Amino acid sequence: MNWPVVIPLIIFIISIFFIGFWSSKYIKNSSNFLQEYFLGSRELGGFILAMTMVATYGSASSFIGGPGVAYTQGLGWVLLAMAQVATGYFVLMVLGKKFAIYARKYKAITLIDFLKCRYNNSKWVVLISAFSIIVFLFSAMAAQWIGGARLIESLTGLNYTSALFIFAVAVLIYVIIGGFRAVAFTDMIQGVVMFVGTLIILIGTIIAGGGISNIMADLVAENPNLVTPYGYDGSLTPAYVSSFWILVGVGVVALPQVTVRAMAYKNSKAMHRALITGTIVVGFIMLGMHLIGVFARPILPGIEVGDSVMPLIAMEVLPPWLAGIVLAAPLAAIMSTVDSLLLIVSSAVVKDVYVNYIKPTATQKQVKRVSYTVTGILGILVFSMALSPPNLLVWLNLFAFGGLQATFIWPVIMGLYWHRGNQYGAVASMIVGISSYIIIHTYFPDLLGVHTVIFPILFSLLAFVTVSLMKKDTSSSTLNSSVY
Amino acid sequence: MNNQIDPKDPRFKIANREALIGIGLVIFNFIWWFGFAYGLGSAPVEEYSYVFGMPAWFFYSCVLGFVVMVILVIIMVKCFFKEVDFDVEEEDHT
Repeated sequence: MNWPVVIPLIIFIISIFFIGFWSSKYIKNSSNFLQEYFLGSRELGGFILAMTMVATYGSASSFIGGPGVAYTQGLGWVLLAMAQVATGYFVLMVLGKKFAIYARKYKAITLIDFLKCRYNNSKWVVLISAFSIIVFLFSAMAAQWIGGARLIESLTGLNYTSALFIFAVAVLIYVIIGGFRAVAFTDMIQGVVMFVGTLIILIGTIIAGGGISNIMADLVAENPNLVTPYGYDGSLTPAYVSSFWILVGVGVVALPQVTVRAMAYKNSKAMHRALITGTIVVGFIMLGMHLIGVFARPILPGIEVGDSVMPLIAMEVLPPWLAGIVLAAPLAAIMSTVDSLLLIVSSAVVKDVYVNYIKPTATQKQVKRVSYTVTGILGILVFSMALSPPNLLVWLNLFAFGGLQATFIWPVIMGLYWHRGNQYGAVASMIVGISSYIIIHTYFPDLLGVHTVIFPILFSLLAFVTVSLMKKDTSSSTLNSSVY
Repeated sequence: MNNQIDPKDPRFKIANREALIGIGLVIFNFIWWFGFAYGLGSAPVEEYSYVFGMPAWFFYSCVLGFVVMVILVIIMVKCFFKEVDFDVEEEDHT
């Protein structure tokens, strides 16, 4: 085993456990278990908020898969990845203060709480949302676990199953005992590790390649397409690349793991700080990581498995102990995404389904027990799914994100900014969004040359607006009389 | 149930303006990114010029574009974003 690489990783995992134990003290002392466990009692400051946002969407798809694709595609893929800079400011500006005010007013703890209150306690809104979160995020989570296990596998030489086991135990323990506060704090550390790690590997790679000009010349000599915006075989069209502005850029406002952070911050000062820090950090990490993938090509030609580009290049260009420290970065990226997904899915089951419909009278103690159990069981389920993994890490992951965006984007945005939007519009928009996404994804992938997610988002907007306008008057009167 | 939202809440005016700033920024960001990438990048590779070793389209679109966005976000937040209190009406217990 490669000890100089492994020891820093072990230290990293141990320090994350400490955060879990430290956070569990807050949970013990909190008067409102659900609010503390799933939301950290809305106490996030600006720096933590920025880092936890960045760490959540800068997931395995970008840290492991992304550089791998950039290695194959060249600068065109870096261009595509830069669409993610928008998330740094757009999400918080658009959800922003309005979402924070609504969430406090409604005492919402999850995205579904918000939708439920906004749309007149509609049962269908809650059930469809919970269903979509559980299904889509579950598959996203499996993809991330596979990434984490692959990484540990390639670093330590353990076989895939034991690597997966180590990863699973590490994540499960701190999420189960620590809840959201532990997730946010570990995200912060992981964000810092990612930032510094990207910087160090990037510098190391440029030096190893003999300077940027030299690397570019090597790339042009190998295949001139690598330095164009069109990909190694010219297949990245402007329309396709631009459509990623929706998928990984503005559409991110609708992801439940992101919206929950937009209701967890302390005050508007924290939000302002997070806007600036978040934009800088996400932009730098995206640019740096993907460039590393491209620059690695002349240094280490002929890597076949894209996912292993990042670990291999780090071990190639850095001394082993330093490689160990910075390789904690991709591991951090994966863990920080997985932990928040796990918590979101668990909150969908516990808060949105169990407390709302199965046992509304549950005591604090019962809720607590159910929360720990559900989080644990979910973890074990993902573990078993990840044991025999499909090979397409990035796509599995993006499939899930697109599905969630098609479901939630209009109910969230219109719910905030269009007061005539109602529960019928929301339900119609979610159903149209999910079903058209699955149909287009299966039968007409990349319709008209743009990413699959674009048309479902347009269709669900249409559905939201038409149905809201058609069913407007009858709705509020009948519903008010039946609910109140 | 005391969770009705007052659509005339003065804080929403601030929030709506900030959301519009966000949309404005993202449109500007996209145009900058797209314009430089495909405006300069569609030339034949032999005719590319290079800035700091990177192809010019890439430098202006991705590197400089990112720096410009950071500066714009800082200006917007410092000059146009107002602090509001989220918990103003927390006293009324339900």
